[in-house]
Amino acid sequence: MAQFSITVNGEQHQVEVAPDTPLLWVLRDHLNLPGTKYGCGIGQCGACTVHVDGLATRSCMLPVVSVGNSKITTIEGLSANGDHPVQEAWLEHDVAQCGYCQTGQIMTAASLLAKNPNPSDTDIEVGMNGNICRCGTYKRIKAAIKTAANG
Amino acid sequence: MTLIKTNYNRRSFLKVSTAAGGGLILGFNWLAACTPKVGETVRQAPEEWFNINAFLKIGNNGVVTIMSPNPEVGQNVKTTMPMIVAEELDVDWHDVIVEQAGLDTDKYTRQVAGGSQSIRQGWQSLRLAGATARRMLMEAAAQQWQVPVSELTTGNGLIKHGAGKSLGYGEVASAAAALPVPADVELKDHGDFKLIGKPTKNVDGPQIVTGRQVYGLDFSRPGMLVAMIEHPPAFGMQLKSVEDTQARAMPGIKEVFTIKDSTEETTPEMVVVVGNSTWEVMKAKKALHIEWEQVTPAESTKDHVQKLTGLMEVKPEKAARQDGDPERAFAGAANVIEREYTAPFLPHNPLEPMNFFAEVTADKAELIGPIQTPESLRKMAARALGMDPGKVSVMMTGIGGGFGRRLYGHFGVEAALISQKIKAPVKVVYTREDDMTRGIYRPAYKVRYRAALDAANNLIGFHVRGAGYDRGPVFANRYPAGAVANYLAENHNVKTNITTGAWRAPRSNFIAGAENSFLDEIAEVAGKDPVAFRLELFDRAIDNPVGEDNDYDAKRYAGVIRLVKEKANWGKEEPGVYRGFSAYYCHNSYVAQVLDLVMKDGVPRVKKVWSAVDCGIVVNPEGARNQIEGGIVDGLGNAFFGGLTFTAGKPDKNNFDNYQMIRQREAPLAMETFFVENGIDPTGLGEPGLPPIFGALANALYKATGQRYYHQPFMLANSELGLRQMES
Repeated sequence: MAQFSITVNGEQHQVEVAPDTPLLWVLRDHLNLPGTKYGCGIGQCGACTVHVDGLATRSCMLPVVSVGNSKITTIEGLSANGDHPVQEAWLEHDVAQCGYCQTGQIMTAASLLAKNPNPSDTDIEVGMNGNICRCGTYKRIKAAIKTAANG
Repeated sequence: MTLIKTNYNRRSFLKVSTAAGGGLILGFNWLAACTPKVGETVRQAPEEWFNINAFLKIGNNGVVTIMSPNPEVGQNVKTTMPMIVAEELDVDWHDVIVEQAGLDTDKYTRQVAGGSQSIRQGWQSLRLAGATARRMLMEAAAQQWQVPVSELTTGNGLIKHGAGKSLGYGEVASAAAALPVPADVELKDHGDFKLIGKPTKNVDGPQIVTGRQVYGLDFSRPGMLVAMIEHPPAFGMQLKSVEDTQARAMPGIKEVFTIKDSTEETTPEMVVVVGNSTWEVMKAKKALHIEWEQVTPAESTKDHVQKLTGLMEVKPEKAARQDGDPERAFAGAANVIEREYTAPFLPHNPLEPMNFFAEVTADKAELIGPIQTPESLRKMAARALGMDPGKVSVMMTGIGGGFGRRLYGHFGVEAALISQKIKAPVKVVYTREDDMTRGIYRPAYKVRYRAALDAANNLIGFHVRGAGYDRGPVFANRYPAGAVANYLAENHNVKTNITTGAWRAPRSNFIAGAENSFLDEIAEVAGKDPVAFRLELFDRAIDNPVGEDNDYDAKRYAGVIRLVKEKANWGKEEPGVYRGFSAYYCHNSYVAQVLDLVMKDGVPRVKKVWSAVDCGIVVNPEGARNQIEGGIVDGLGNAFFGGLTFTAGKPDKNNFDNYQMIRQREAPLAMETFFVENGIDPTGLGEPGLPPIFGALANALYKATGQRYYHQPFMLANSELGLRQMES
């Protein structure tokens, strides 16, 4: 066990965990931020996506010891009032079915748009290919990203 | 308006009480049985009682809370069911708050997410719930104003009399609570619906996009511990010995022990690790050294292939259905077509792995988590705990997908047994690997079809023989039963120690694709257009049906085929675009699909899917479209890639690095869905969109490649039950 100081959603947190603890479980079990989801634990489904210094990152594969001074943003910190353009577009297109993957989808989409404000269909397909939606809402996800890009 | 008897008396009107805040709580015990009949509106007192209840609260400010009794697994019932109540209550949807109800068999019945039945079976009782409340509120207003109820109207949560007077529902709610329940109430005419039929967004949307939706894995309580379970690595194994010294010594680990649900004979003894946090428990679980021994046969996929193949030659003792004289028809046929189709075992792979919370004390057990069948879980848990079911409560959380997997609540029982043993609140968590390798899989299937054509290419005989683990895939009375004079359906149920069960649209999820592929081949041999060939069969089923037990309404079935034919412009050829057609009826709804495929660098991509759907009244078109689209994508993913194989009882895949799921790059580029408008009472959509897409894809792939696709997954071409390893 060791003490770690990490910055999540603009706040500094102290946690005492094993150094190999993935950021995912620090967020969920120790910082009470369960919006970041566990789906596979091996970086294949994207449900655990957070931003590390603005870049979409799989938190299930990132040991807390590697976080350092990076600034972490989770779905809870993406916007103050749930009004990030991507979140609003998700509601407009009524994307979610079960909703479990959607926080990860939204975090990946927000990062994609930050890098590429006007993604083509292919850009979206490539950029979002790491996020599995078991309910199959891919069409709506793509449409919502286009809306957010044009909004 | 339709007058409908409420059919309850004071005694069955369970709870009428003034809430502490001055609001009214109307609790309904809807024993009225309004069994939906096609094309018929209930106009008199139902003769049977209906097994569903509703529950709503009206605040004195006019805000209405509608309880949503059924588990929400992504099928939209938490939005759609309350919409039905709100329609008859005549309130503004913006004034409605929806809350998930827990299991309560006094107030509700059939709190199940399964079989696409929530809307169909809830329709009349949900309407009655809203309409009765509305009537009582009007009576209260009538008394206050001293005018006849018949002079009052309602709209958007207001009761009006003439031009000048109006009262909000909240203002009369408490007076309404003291009134007797009316003997009969009026239901709206369909033409007066304002909310039903209006695209309405998921009530949980804002929670979901901000990460505030609480799924089972997100639930926690002070003092809660985390438990994980090591199950046998192969089916047919049992526990021999556990060496847990290392695991016990690891940080955060509280206990290691074994559990066995003694009330479930086939459930093996398993090893439990309990600790403070998920990661600590995950690590300790990997540090266990467990010896298992094989006690029942270690089955491999090659055994399954051999067994199912052998059964194609075996005539079952009893036919599922026989019309006419099939043997004679085949003997006298000018042409006989025979084809076989297979599909592998499938894991459900909901994105939220199995989990459940339990807190069991000496006098009660509290279970909280994602479950499609809370009532069944309570019974199972009570039995396993040795506790009165009345002392066991079950609350549903948000649910990260079901697809049938969460019909089987063993994970909830495990949480209960563990909490009972450690005397602490606990959440059982499955890893993805646990989830995939301890599945209740879609059975592996094989089916053989035979068709007899006469010299004029008329279909004079049809024979289907299926086999599956542990249940065969053939439905006795589904199309083309009823459309062919000489018809034989046979089924083999094959035993296995691999756990199998319901997977989105059970049996239909295989047989629809096989049947539609075969019909395509018959049409081709007969030199007929595949759509025209099907319609020709439906003409027979409409004009002069064979047999009396046909499951489907041939007119509605043919209706969706005609609709999709028109919308997709069937018959129009476009260079480089390959079309497939399919149609299926299951779970009381009809779906026909046209799929357009393009090939890019030898890889197929679905360009567009048109769907025509007949589910009667579409309560929420937004949710309905989403369900059809999701069914298509789920179906395509499993048609292309899905399949779990076994080696010596052990699943060959365990996570998404080796099990391929459909992703954004493989999803259809476009989907368009059309609903038949017929005013018939609504049926469900969680499942019906999925089964036909397998056939539409197979038929389009044939056009694109010249090869017929008989075996799922199609990416493995002709390997039975997914036996060959994925090439990608």
